[in-house]
Amino acid sequence: MSTKAISGRPVTPGPDLLNHFLYQMVLIRRFEERCGEMYTKGKIRGFLHLYIGQEACAVGSINALEPRDRLIAHYREHGHAIVRGIDPDRIMAELFGRVDGTSHGRGGSMHIFDTEKHFYGGHAIVGGHQPVAVGLGLADRKMGNDNVTMCIFGDGGVAEGEFHEALNLSSLWKTPVLWFCENNGYGMGLPLEKSIANDIYKLAEGYRMPAVRVDGMDVLAVYEETQKAVAHIRAGNGPYFIEAMTYRYRGHSMADAELYREKDEVAAFRERDAIERLKRRMMEDGHLDEAGFEALTQRVEEEVAQSIAFADASPQPEIQTLFDHVYHEQE
Amino acid sequence: MAVEMRMRDALREALREELLRDERVFLMGEDIGGYGGSYAVTRGLLDEFGPERVMDTPISESGIVGAGVGAAVAGLRPMVEIMTINFSFVAFDQIINNASKFLYMSGGQFNVPLVLRMAAGGGSQLGATHSHALEGLYAHFPGLKVVCPSNPADAKGLLKQAFRDPNPVIFIEHSALYGVKGEVPDDPDYRIEFGKARVLREGTDVTIVGYAGSVHQGLRGATMLEEQEGLSAEVIDLRTLRPLDIDTVIESVKKTNRAVIVEDDWKFGGFAGEISAQIMERAFDWLDAPVARVSGKDVPMPYNRNLEFAALPSEEDVVEAVLAML
Amino acid sequence: MATEVTMPQMGADMTEGTLVRWLKQVGDQVNRGDIIAEIETDKATVELEAYDSGIMAQHSVKEGETVPVGDVIALLAAEGESVPDNVAHKPPAETPPRRMIEEPQPIAQATTQTTTASTTEVASAEKAPPPPRGAEEAHERIAPEGNGRVLEREAGARQRVSPVARRIASEAGLDLSAIRGTGPDGRVLRRDVEEALRAHKAGEAPAPPVRERELAPAAVAPEARPAAAPGEVEPLSRMRQAIARRMLMSKQQQPHYYLTLDIDMTEALEFRKQLNASASDDQRVSINDLIVKACALALDRHPKFNAEFTEQGLRQHKDIHIDIGIALDEGLIAPAILDVRGKGLGAIAADAKDLIERAKNGRLTADEYSAGTFTITNLGNFGVETLIGIINPPQAAILGVGSVMDQPVVRDGEVVVRKMMKVALSADHRVTDGAEGARFIKEIQGLLENPVSLAL
Repeated sequence: MSTKAISGRPVTPGPDLLNHFLYQMVLIRRFEERCGEMYTKGKIRGFLHLYIGQEACAVGSINALEPRDRLIAHYREHGHAIVRGIDPDRIMAELFGRVDGTSHGRGGSMHIFDTEKHFYGGHAIVGGHQPVAVGLGLADRKMGNDNVTMCIFGDGGVAEGEFHEALNLSSLWKTPVLWFCENNGYGMGLPLEKSIANDIYKLAEGYRMPAVRVDGMDVLAVYEETQKAVAHIRAGNGPYFIEAMTYRYRGHSMADAELYREKDEVAAFRERDAIERLKRRMMEDGHLDEAGFEALTQRVEEEVAQSIAFADASPQPEIQTLFDHVYHEQE
Repeated sequence: MAVEMRMRDALREALREELLRDERVFLMGEDIGGYGGSYAVTRGLLDEFGPERVMDTPISESGIVGAGVGAAVAGLRPMVEIMTINFSFVAFDQIINNASKFLYMSGGQFNVPLVLRMAAGGGSQLGATHSHALEGLYAHFPGLKVVCPSNPADAKGLLKQAFRDPNPVIFIEHSALYGVKGEVPDDPDYRIEFGKARVLREGTDVTIVGYAGSVHQGLRGATMLEEQEGLSAEVIDLRTLRPLDIDTVIESVKKTNRAVIVEDDWKFGGFAGEISAQIMERAFDWLDAPVARVSGKDVPMPYNRNLEFAALPSEEDVVEAVLAML
Repeated sequence: MATEVTMPQMGADMTEGTLVRWLKQVGDQVNRGDIIAEIETDKATVELEAYDSGIMAQHSVKEGETVPVGDVIALLAAEGESVPDNVAHKPPAETPPRRMIEEPQPIAQATTQTTTASTTEVASAEKAPPPPRGAEEAHERIAPEGNGRVLEREAGARQRVSPVARRIASEAGLDLSAIRGTGPDGRVLRRDVEEALRAHKAGEAPAPPVRERELAPAAVAPEARPAAAPGEVEPLSRMRQAIARRMLMSKQQQPHYYLTLDIDMTEALEFRKQLNASASDDQRVSINDLIVKACALALDRHPKFNAEFTEQGLRQHKDIHIDIGIALDEGLIAPAILDVRGKGLGAIAADAKDLIERAKNGRLTADEYSAGTFTITNLGNFGVETLIGIINPPQAAILGVGSVMDQPVVRDGEVVVRKMMKVALSADHRVTDGAEGARFIKEIQGLLENPVSLAL
């Protein structure tokens, strides 16, 4: 199945790709639900930010990238890591803090990294990774390749100075960065209209780059727009900004009592649920039936159960390794 | 073969040699290109290497340090100049939460070979927000390396070494030393290993430890002690605060039984406290007196000339501290 | 098998939660994702969702009840399955370790633990420091490797002296180079200087290092020197201060009663002569040794005199350790012959000699200073009738012993000359009374007047 845009025109996914999208969204959702469960059982500790409801953003966008492209994200990044191809077993092990985790237990939920998949974290300081994205893109430009750096961040980070510095620099230096804003309407508990004095994509327009808004609950819309963005960037035209309107069904983190929003609001977004939407469409088009969906959910259930079992069986890191990786040894 | 030159020229030579040697090296900073650098360190480099390798940036410390981190992680060898250490606070998040921690948080996957140069130090009546020392503050963070040369030869050798280190290096230049002259080896492979302090002057009665600008107060104090009191002081230049060569200091204290630490930075919670603690832990039985600290006074730097002078350590302060411990 | 629903961990610092309201009652069908209860944490009220499907089979906690995170709060059963009535509260799934990480200890810290346990009598003062506990610093040169430990003091090397030791030595005018240090790597510590001062003839004697209880002789010091130059005030040495403190405490807090008795030592002396005729040098028995043995036996039979008064009641000591007064040049000390119960006369004699020898050289152990349960203070060498002593706190009694003198006594209607020794028992009236004291002192008399019984 091809994901590459030919001569700038986005590809419309065929049944195989649609099935792949559906599987990935269901996998992310179930993975995240079970992470929530594991947190309440004390297996995952510290902070945990669930991606439930936003699956279409990660699945639609990252599937438009190549393996050689680079990703850097915020702390709600398990879904992105999964779509990118990082083994969910190792992600779960990292969440459990075990030695087989992606960072051998040193990073945790907010710091998933993988050199092979060019996944540069998992970042916990809101807006803090955006200047780093500029650097990743800058390096590619200097090295003369046409890689894309995709920077995933939320609406909450837009008020940070670093957002503005980063967008400004990326435009000035024409760095090949896809600025992907997952706008779920809230920082932690502050609604967007109390945080930003403009529409987010318009701020990006102000830095002189193409900036569009897309329905983040529609995986196909996200996929189409991302392909356009990627084509633009690879052609050397500099950064591109996508604001994906999405929604998180759960609180900001596990500790969030959600005092700041009404249940009706959550329910209204659930009616636009990305998984239900794709499933409905695929059934209408005859690519999927109930039994097939059931089989898919069953497969996902087993895979996630396996990830949990893997994580549980992975040992604790040795205390003697505490001082490893503070400094990199000279080659 | 050695050539006499000022410290700023030695730094420029180091940058130039590294730019020539490794095409992954590039420089970013405010006014380092067209302006030639606010301390003239990078003068001429834009002409020689072009705007891709010598980049003038907007006034966006956080943005450019973060970009440096990203470029380093992606495989290049960037140097970011922050005009002075005073402006580095704007980029503190990038230095502390990103540069110093990427390697650890990723479980060893991504190292950050970034050189961060900054000018520091007071003494020019620039006022409270433009006179910070703070070498010791950066030395506090695991994951960073902190280098602070006191003379042109060390400046060149250490800066070249910084570009070979696969870790983030905070390279702090004392603003009062840019014009100081010294003999500098012209060997393009001349480098000084980190974590190697240097005994600048041998002595037997007291050990004077300094770093960056304060080394000079230490040396002058030692001369005064000899001429006026007939005392023999050993002077050590730490050169790098992290890694710290405490062994050289300990060896000296075991010989002299007395130690004075001189630093521009504020005394309370300062780096001299760290050195004192280590001397106490490892040379307790060799001390004839408590370790003395001659540090900056705990005040924001005043503008007035006399007040500023009083706020910074002098060679007289060093002499006084030594005499008090005899 | 029933599925357990536990009190969830919601938020990094939550330790317990309150079940506010059940939203699914027993018997209700529960589907995964349904909200089954409201939980209150100290931050907010949150909804608990079901992670599994089933029938709500049991509410293990009531509405309003607060339980720790991880405890079972409900059971879900499959269709038709039954569940046990009572479910024990389970501990949380995984308690994170508390402060498991220890920095590599600087060696100075680690060795302090060994040196506080050491005593002044240890001949080999230099111990190897234990290795640092916890994580090892594998990589950085900046890691402190240790504090330059050197186990042997090389010839001409700098002597290690702690600052406070140096100060005391300097104030006392003492030559440090002759002092052997018992601190880490041979460091001269305060206690070493103080001990050296004590042994030094020129100065006043400071107290040797004792841990808990201090020594307390019951008698007056033998020397006749004036306390100070006439008209001047000489400060008391540490030892004198300690004695003063303890004697005052004893007299103020322990109500003394006294009993005296004359003991006929004629047979005992004869017995001793016979013993010593065939004894080796170090087992030659002295009069005091006989008295120690007699007291040991008497204490065994009258255990209340081997006890001490506490606010909670009488503490009965298991072992018998008898303090004997030893006159040194600088003052009287009363270390204990340890564990006298069951020791034969020869062993007691040997122990006493050894004790005296070591006392003169300042090499007593801490136990010898502090573990005594009964004291004998013997002024037999001074020609006094007896000594009515002050109890050595916190003991319950002290036996004062006078000189053995030729005295006329009446035996079977006739006046004969016998070797008489007057003893005085001072006892704590909170522990014993006169009748018990009388029985005790008579016991001692009986044993000494029938010395063969001392061979037990």
